Amino acid sequence: MLKKRIIPCLDIKDGRTVKGVNFVDLRDAGDPVELAEIYSREGADELVFLDISATEQKRKTLAELVYHVAEKVNIPFTVGGGISSVEDVDILLKNGADKVSINSSAVKNPQLINDLVAKFGSQCIVVAIDAKQIDGRWIVHLVGGKVPTEIELFSWAKEVEERGAGEILFTSMDHDGTKNGFANDTLARLSSALNIPIIASGGAGNMQHFEDAFKEGKADAALAASVFHFKEIPIKDLKEKLRANGIPVRL
Amino acid sequence: MSKKWCCQVQKEYYRPHLTSPKGRNQNYDENSIMNLKNNQKSPPSGAGGLVIINYGAGNIQSIKFALKRLGYEAILSNDADEIRKADKVIFPGVGEASSAMEKLRETGLQDVIPELRQPVLGICLGMQLMCNGSEEGDTQGLAIFDVDVVRFSDGVKVPQMGWNVITDLKSQLFEGVNENEHVYMVHSYYAGLCDETIAETDYHVRYSSALGKNNFFGTQFHPEKSGAIGERILKNFLEM
Repeated sequence: MLKKRIIPCLDIKDGRTVKGVNFVDLRDAGDPVELAEIYSREGADELVFLDISATEQKRKTLAELVYHVAEKVNIPFTVGGGISSVEDVDILLKNGADKVSINSSAVKNPQLINDLVAKFGSQCIVVAIDAKQIDGRWIVHLVGGKVPTEIELFSWAKEVEERGAGEILFTSMDHDGTKNGFANDTLARLSSALNIPIIASGGAGNMQHFEDAFKEGKADAALAASVFHFKEIPIKDLKEKLRANGIPVRL
Repeated sequence: MSKKWCCQVQKEYYRPHLTSPKGRNQNYDENSIMNLKNNQKSPPSGAGGLVIINYGAGNIQSIKFALKRLGYEAILSNDADEIRKADKVIFPGVGEASSAMEKLRETGLQDVIPELRQPVLGICLGMQLMCNGSEEGDTQGLAIFDVDVVRFSDGVKVPQMGWNVITDLKSQLFEGVNENEHVYMVHSYYAGLCDETIAETDYHVRYSSALGKNNFFGTQFHPEKSGAIGERILKNFLEM
């Protein structure tokens, strides 16, 4: 049986791991390579490295970091942040990334998804979607959730799937940083409307929230940052609790 | 040697892109970069060694690093003679079946691989290409394993992405590996069960998560990304 995945997200700025509350007030939480090794040992199923400053500051790649992580870590990892071309992806994959995630660049140029899938295959193309509710509608946002678009979440997610993305990383900006739980209703809608895996992101505060994301939100994977970085939730304890409550996990 | 060597070469590779604001007109030649690596590598033992078939199918770096963690240095090559002379051959692959097969044809390797006598390990798409054929792109395979590759039904999320377990282990490849250990899978197509199945996995259907026949082995999962279990499987292959 395929297991539900627990994914620590290492937000990167200037080569260091950071995590902000609602993406501001960044705090330093350590060396990414060292953290990656620790998470791998503790039972994380995958890792995500997200350069949260990349889109805004036009910083191109994390190639060097990717290389050093790939050298040490024997579980899969995804890299995102400011990736906007086939060439960007090529460099990251060649340096050892397993998957890349694209976000704003896909919204601005949806054909990029098709191009990446054609060259590298669906399995390594993750499309990250940041959205928040405006007047009752889920609206896609760009630049780390700062800039609203006209695009509605569910139609965009469907288009992303049709263009061949292998996975969707959905972050609810309404929940991110709140520690009040994931956007489970929305996750469940996404999961039943689409036939590709959905990673839940935004809102993890305690172990119950992860269980809810899998049971109510029907997510295939759940991603969090600060609760892991600051050791509020040890991954092993989390997975043991999930298993005890009927969620299939790798232990 | 090699941490240093690798880093230096890698920098050669990505520096131009990092310093070019638009990243355009790079015109780098993937093969020449790989060949540069090979030339600088000069394996100490001369002929033989461990060869990763490099035919343009991505993520060879992950495999190289996994081998390095086990103390092995691999040569990347698409040269038929070099591959024939290797002690062991790893046949990787991610991406799409028909274009990968096309690349094998272009390099003439579609005739070389089935004739190899040393241990050969196909990984993911590499394993699928060693089968009779794939529904993906209506691709004719190398027909080493007598089984077809078909797409998962829409009753499950496709691709299967994540950790699943392997059971009914039947090969020296799995020496020291227990039933129901977890490995990392990322795939939309699968090989059904057949006489050459040496590991099974369940994802709506039971399918071959590994195949074996004489000197040929294939894993649908990625041992290089499957933690300590994956490393054990790679080690078993390397010590054959």
